[in-house]
Amino acid sequence: MVAKFELDDDSVVLIIGTGSGGGVLANELAQKGVKVVSLEAGGRYMPEDYINDEWDSFAQLAWTDTRTTSGDWRVAKDFSGLPAWIVKAVGGTSIHWAGASLRFQEHEWKPRTNYGHVTGANLLDWPIDGAEMAPWYEKAETKLGVTRTGDRPGLPGNNNYKVLEKGAKALGYKEVHTGRMAINSVDYDDRLACQQTGFCFQGCKWGAKWSSAYTDIPKGEATGNLEVRDRCHALKIEHDDKGRVTGVLYADKDGNHHFQKARVVCVAGNSIESPRILLNSASSMFPDGLANSSGQVGRNYLRHVTGSVYGVFEKPVKMWRGTTMAGIVQDEARLDPSRGFVGGYELETLALGIPFMAAFLDPGGWGRSFTSAMDGYENMAGMWIVGEDMPQETNRITLSATAVDQFGLPAPNVHFDDHPNDIAMRNHAYARGEAIYRAAGATRTLPTPPYPSTHNLGTNRMSENPRDGVVNKHGQSHDIPNLFISDGSQFTSGAAENPTLTIVALAIRQAEFIAGELSKQNL
Amino acid sequence: MTTLTANRGLRGNALTRRQLISRSFAASAGMIIGAGFIAAPDAAWAYEATTLKPETMATLVRMARDIYPHDRIADEFYVIAVKGYDTAEAAPGVEAGIAALNAAAQGAGHADYLSIGWEDDRVALLRGMENSAFFQQIRGGLVTGLYNQKAVWPIFGYEGESFSQGGYLHRGFDDISWL
Repeated sequence: MVAKFELDDDSVVLIIGTGSGGGVLANELAQKGVKVVSLEAGGRYMPEDYINDEWDSFAQLAWTDTRTTSGDWRVAKDFSGLPAWIVKAVGGTSIHWAGASLRFQEHEWKPRTNYGHVTGANLLDWPIDGAEMAPWYEKAETKLGVTRTGDRPGLPGNNNYKVLEKGAKALGYKEVHTGRMAINSVDYDDRLACQQTGFCFQGCKWGAKWSSAYTDIPKGEATGNLEVRDRCHALKIEHDDKGRVTGVLYADKDGNHHFQKARVVCVAGNSIESPRILLNSASSMFPDGLANSSGQVGRNYLRHVTGSVYGVFEKPVKMWRGTTMAGIVQDEARLDPSRGFVGGYELETLALGIPFMAAFLDPGGWGRSFTSAMDGYENMAGMWIVGEDMPQETNRITLSATAVDQFGLPAPNVHFDDHPNDIAMRNHAYARGEAIYRAAGATRTLPTPPYPSTHNLGTNRMSENPRDGVVNKHGQSHDIPNLFISDGSQFTSGAAENPTLTIVALAIRQAEFIAGELSKQNL
Repeated sequence: MTTLTANRGLRGNALTRRQLISRSFAASAGMIIGAGFIAAPDAAWAYEATTLKPETMATLVRMARDIYPHDRIADEFYVIAVKGYDTAEAAPGVEAGIAALNAAAQGAGHADYLSIGWEDDRVALLRGMENSAFFQQIRGGLVTGLYNQKAVWPIFGYEGESFSQGGYLHRGFDDISWL
């Protein structure tokens, strides 16, 4: 029985966003008997609605509200209005993600301690570590059905993986396998095993890949404790004269404004929208925005060191067949400053269809150099680089002075400059990726620039000391006790791993904390 | 009304292929320009321009191929990719842009852009204007206009969606044999 709560019901926990952070938090709280209202800016799409066509799917799912960009990153030049490739829908970007589910390495929880001082980087240790997170990771892996964890087998390798594996092993890499993936290798949690259909980025039409859209959200709704209001866009968080938040003003699908009262507000709108609503909620009591006494709201924007390498071979690979992220090389994820940079990176297979390959292979490129590469499409293998980027205070989300969104609110500007460590890591990864494909017989390799960001992190960072960050080790605002951050924006650093598993683990852990504090009348 | 119909584009015209060729001039190998239309020499397709001058349309198609040259992709698909500019709103800008391109060709000693025989010589002119708004409009439009045509995907070997066939689990997701 789906719940329905009154706007003036101030006993509810209100969550903004329904992705891997907000969607999981909503279900976990609902399972514990906590009443939850979730606001979701996008519509509700189920597997039968997903479209296996790149541009049509993009039109269906992508967050394309007005955004601006600045900085020296190439995305600002190539995709100035699209800094991030994320989803506006019930389930958020968990519909789009590829499914890679990797735990942080132990040293990555304490980057300031383990990397030392890095000029220009705002490195900070997390107030939690691997031992603290281990049981939450295990719960997250069980929830998502992550392969190669528990007793779940790995996925079979597709053609794209086999090429990667051959080249990587020829170079002596050891940690080469088909990944730890939130894609069923066998039927699990009433969802089918992977049918090797491709189009993982467009939403899994079999439901074999975990997404909160068709797991946690309906399970939460089934408790009778969760009401999801889709096509309801949060505009502003309001507070009382004691400095506690009281609820959220939002616009419904017709543009009508409503105010939902709440006992607790959790923000999980992804790392661009989450700091943006805190900044857009500035008041006379909080002139710099909510939860911003540290001045860190919106800062330390992380997007991972990314890039792709495609290899063209003499014979067909057909990389688009099967799981998009079908395998991984983990040897370079280690910390080894002798390579010329701190942090590490993963290499993961990736495939695009012809339409997105044309858009992303070399944005702005043209002529025979470009088209002869496209002509090699059928014989191409592809991999994606995902590595730890350096937090910088000046890489940040700010409110545009000129651009506004469809509600007349200041649009977010996303500023990003590559740190020298980021550039050194990317160049190293390009060289290793090209070497892998050459070792497998590539006749041509294509070091491809980063796509619009899918891993958006760090803009409401977690810190031990309130002076250094926005939230404490539970994602609770240092300044406002009944305001939480529940998405990847609470990351203190990015680590080398795809972030979703850690977002889910933190959300499960946060639900336990919030439910406990509610029962103790501390919230 | 603009139409592009493969294999039947000329049927509505009371023209035989011979008459068509006699009344037109060859724009470049593989394209024929007549009064108000451009066509393939074998009449496999024809496009009737409504707003753009047919010479402009033919030059635009050649420019499109020079930007994204795929020797296995027929002109027909490039025509589809740019025919959206054949509107009252877009045509003035395109006419001006193509006029500038022809002026550049004349500056390099050619009669016009279409008369330049070698792709490299045409591309050199395009490189000289690649930062112009016109060039970027045409190039940017082609990224989706050309590569998002389902009909060209098989030319690249791309198979598109597979859900309707049950995916590749039993249809070759791991069939690589040459490694």
